[in-house]
Amino acid sequence: MLEVRELSKSFGGLKAVDQASLDVRQGEIVGLIGPNGAGKTTLFASIAGFHTPDAGRVVFNGQDITGLPPHRICTAGMVRTFQITQPFAKISVRENIMVGTYLHTADRKVAEHEAEAVAGMVGMAGQLDQMGADLTVAGRKRLELARALATGPRLLLLDEVMAGLNPTEITEIVQVIRDIRDSGITILLIEHVMQAVTSLAERVYVLNQGRMIAEGTPAAIADDPQVVEAYLGHGAAKVLRA
Amino acid sequence: MSRQAVLCAVGLGIAVIYPLLAPNYLINVGMMVFFVAFIGQSWNIAGGFAGQTSFGHVVFFGTGAYTSTILQVTYGWNPWLAWPAAMLAGGIVGWIIAFLSFRAGLRGSYFALITLAFAEVFRILANSVPFTRGGLGMLIKADQRPINFQFKDPIWIYYIALALCMISLLIAWRLTRNRFGARLVAIRENEDAARALGIDVFAEKVKVLTLSGAMCAAGGTFYAQKYLYIDPSIAFGVDKSVEMLLVSMVGGAGTIFGPLIGSVALTVINEVTRWLASVVPALKNVQPLSLVVYGIMLVLIVARLPDGLMGLFRRKPRHA
Amino acid sequence: MLDPQIIFAGVLNGLLAGGIYVLVAVGLTLIYGVLHIINFAHGSLLMLAMYAVFWLWRLVGVDPYVALPVVTAGAFIFGFVLYRLVIGRFSHGRDENVLLITLGLSIVFDNAALLFFGGETQTIDVPYAGSFVQLGAAFLPLPKLISFGASLLICVILGLYMAKSDTGKAIRAVAKERQGARLVGIDVDNIFAISYGIGIACLGAAACLLMPTFYVTPTSGNAFVLVAFTIVVLGGMGSFIGAAVGGFIIGITEALGGLFLGEQLGQIGISLIFILILLLKPTGLFGSKA
Repeated sequence: MLEVRELSKSFGGLKAVDQASLDVRQGEIVGLIGPNGAGKTTLFASIAGFHTPDAGRVVFNGQDITGLPPHRICTAGMVRTFQITQPFAKISVRENIMVGTYLHTADRKVAEHEAEAVAGMVGMAGQLDQMGADLTVAGRKRLELARALATGPRLLLLDEVMAGLNPTEITEIVQVIRDIRDSGITILLIEHVMQAVTSLAERVYVLNQGRMIAEGTPAAIADDPQVVEAYLGHGAAKVLRA
Repeated sequence: MSRQAVLCAVGLGIAVIYPLLAPNYLINVGMMVFFVAFIGQSWNIAGGFAGQTSFGHVVFFGTGAYTSTILQVTYGWNPWLAWPAAMLAGGIVGWIIAFLSFRAGLRGSYFALITLAFAEVFRILANSVPFTRGGLGMLIKADQRPINFQFKDPIWIYYIALALCMISLLIAWRLTRNRFGARLVAIRENEDAARALGIDVFAEKVKVLTLSGAMCAAGGTFYAQKYLYIDPSIAFGVDKSVEMLLVSMVGGAGTIFGPLIGSVALTVINEVTRWLASVVPALKNVQPLSLVVYGIMLVLIVARLPDGLMGLFRRKPRHA
Repeated sequence: MLDPQIIFAGVLNGLLAGGIYVLVAVGLTLIYGVLHIINFAHGSLLMLAMYAVFWLWRLVGVDPYVALPVVTAGAFIFGFVLYRLVIGRFSHGRDENVLLITLGLSIVFDNAALLFFGGETQTIDVPYAGSFVQLGAAFLPLPKLISFGASLLICVILGLYMAKSDTGKAIRAVAKERQGARLVGIDVDNIFAISYGIGIACLGAAACLLMPTFYVTPTSGNAFVLVAFTIVVLGGMGSFIGAAVGGFIIGITEALGGLFLGEQLGQIGISLIFILILLLKPTGLFGSKA
């Protein structure tokens, strides 16, 4: 469904993403992990059209979407969430989600009903009238998820949707994400919370300093010495094995 | 009928009956309230709903005023036909300014400043080119028949102003209930998130400025027909820009009734100072006091009451 | 069409005017560089300072150049207090809010001036106003020369202050890295107020230098605000060199515009430059961020 080939993106002199490649097949949940500053969000942003890649290609459902503006990529069926949540503060949760459902309908009643349905899917049915600015962190994460879902995507790019949640909330969101995938949506997620990655992702890519250093199942990744070194520092793998 | 609908109907009823009972002077005051509310709403649509604060909105007003006046005076057009032409001109200017500014990625304060510069350019041009008669201004020949968009009895101009205000309220109300309006609000709240959700932010911003420009230009024609005289400082001077912004911000930016409430407040303050000036000889020139008060209100509103005076009426608690 | 001698004279006069514009622009760019706010009240504050100079001359008989230290100090205090009481307190740190608050202030100042001072144009008559210095075909008014020199001197002093003094270093630290400055113990809020005060002090000085050859009315603020912003945007927001270069360019543009297009149409050059810079190179000549 998604093919990223040799994507590079620099800012000033700093190469944030260096010839990264990845594949996501339909129906999968794929994880993207890596230490802080590895370039994961930049990669997401470049895939979703918020940055224009300096090199490389992004092909989505057979269509070359490299460098297209974000709103066109969204209408094509790929939508991203933001690591730092961006709720529409001065309107209600319902109205927030409606911005997403309005993508496929111009009718207010229809948009409203669909928004309420999406809210139910992520467990926000009771908060529809709350203002975006009044939500807790967990609420904002759910809203971020709900809004993206509302656009009716084929591929969902989730950027650290677990960050800032307590264990109970994480378990709940994990289930929600699974339900989303079961409803036919493919998911690529950036995560730091390993519990979520191991329980959700079938395959994982590891990014370090802009470069893809490993790919495989969560179990295989955990054993990979390069991955260990990326997280724990040079020589850590040897120390751990000893 | 909902409570709000009843209130609106009552308000409308009062507004309709008002000029039948009031003296001419007060009819004019009422006309001004609705006129300023109308052009204020044109600002509000772009500045309040979509969050694109403009400091130079008068550029559309003047475009409308000069277009209809030139067509009338120089080319003999009937003013009722010149009116839609003026709106078209205003829409085009809105489109151009929006296209250039947003293509260049201007936002927030930079956008506000560039609109100011555009208004100034238009003002200087109007002052210098022959077909606007430069600083002399343009006079529309007084011929008070309805076919000329001129009326002997002020009550008709009042009703037209009222109608314009009603139309603007309707437009704003539609924006709170349709997709375009929802998208504008999303853009105001967070452009990047709006983009990520499939909104063509650039296109929507250009659309709203075009609509706003056309509306404001309609106000320009109305003004010219009422006073039968325009010049560059009236048509493109910074005072109107300030007025449109003020009534919307003080009344409640992004609300349906904000500009109307703001206009009423401004008019009340204006009339009080005017009365003071006429009654107390020492305060003969106290007129600017009303704007001093209004400026202070703007500061206080931004500081403490971001939803403007409408914020005092809301039952739904807004985020502080 | 136009005699090169006349153009030469125009350029020189523009350069002189530009020297004073630099002082106005430096204040504005300092405020932006440190506080990251767009001080829309800048023109109105200049207008108030000019009235202060006028009334000092009219009521107390003080020559505007002599009044310079007093007016500059008074302007600093006024700016400091204005920031502390209104701008800093009410803006909640948001860019949009500050623009509207400073707009509100400019409305208050403009109309208060109209209310208390009336709408007539006021000028100062200094005995040396009629003196000229001749440079080729150019007749340069003496006051303009004095003002030009004084303005440059003040800019140099300000530059030295920013570079050498403790406060100046603190200001530059805050401008570069607000959080870091806070962490090393700099009272950032105080620095904000001081910086704003200095920006307005520049206006006080500029007012003293302008009044001998200029005039003031309550609408002067409006006229100056666009000039000031054009200079700062042209030079690059937050850049001193930019403000200096921009000031001279605009001064010359204004003079040449007046020569070639006439007094009225000549003013259009400034607004057009502003529009073009914003559309084509918003960071200006020397600016860093957009």
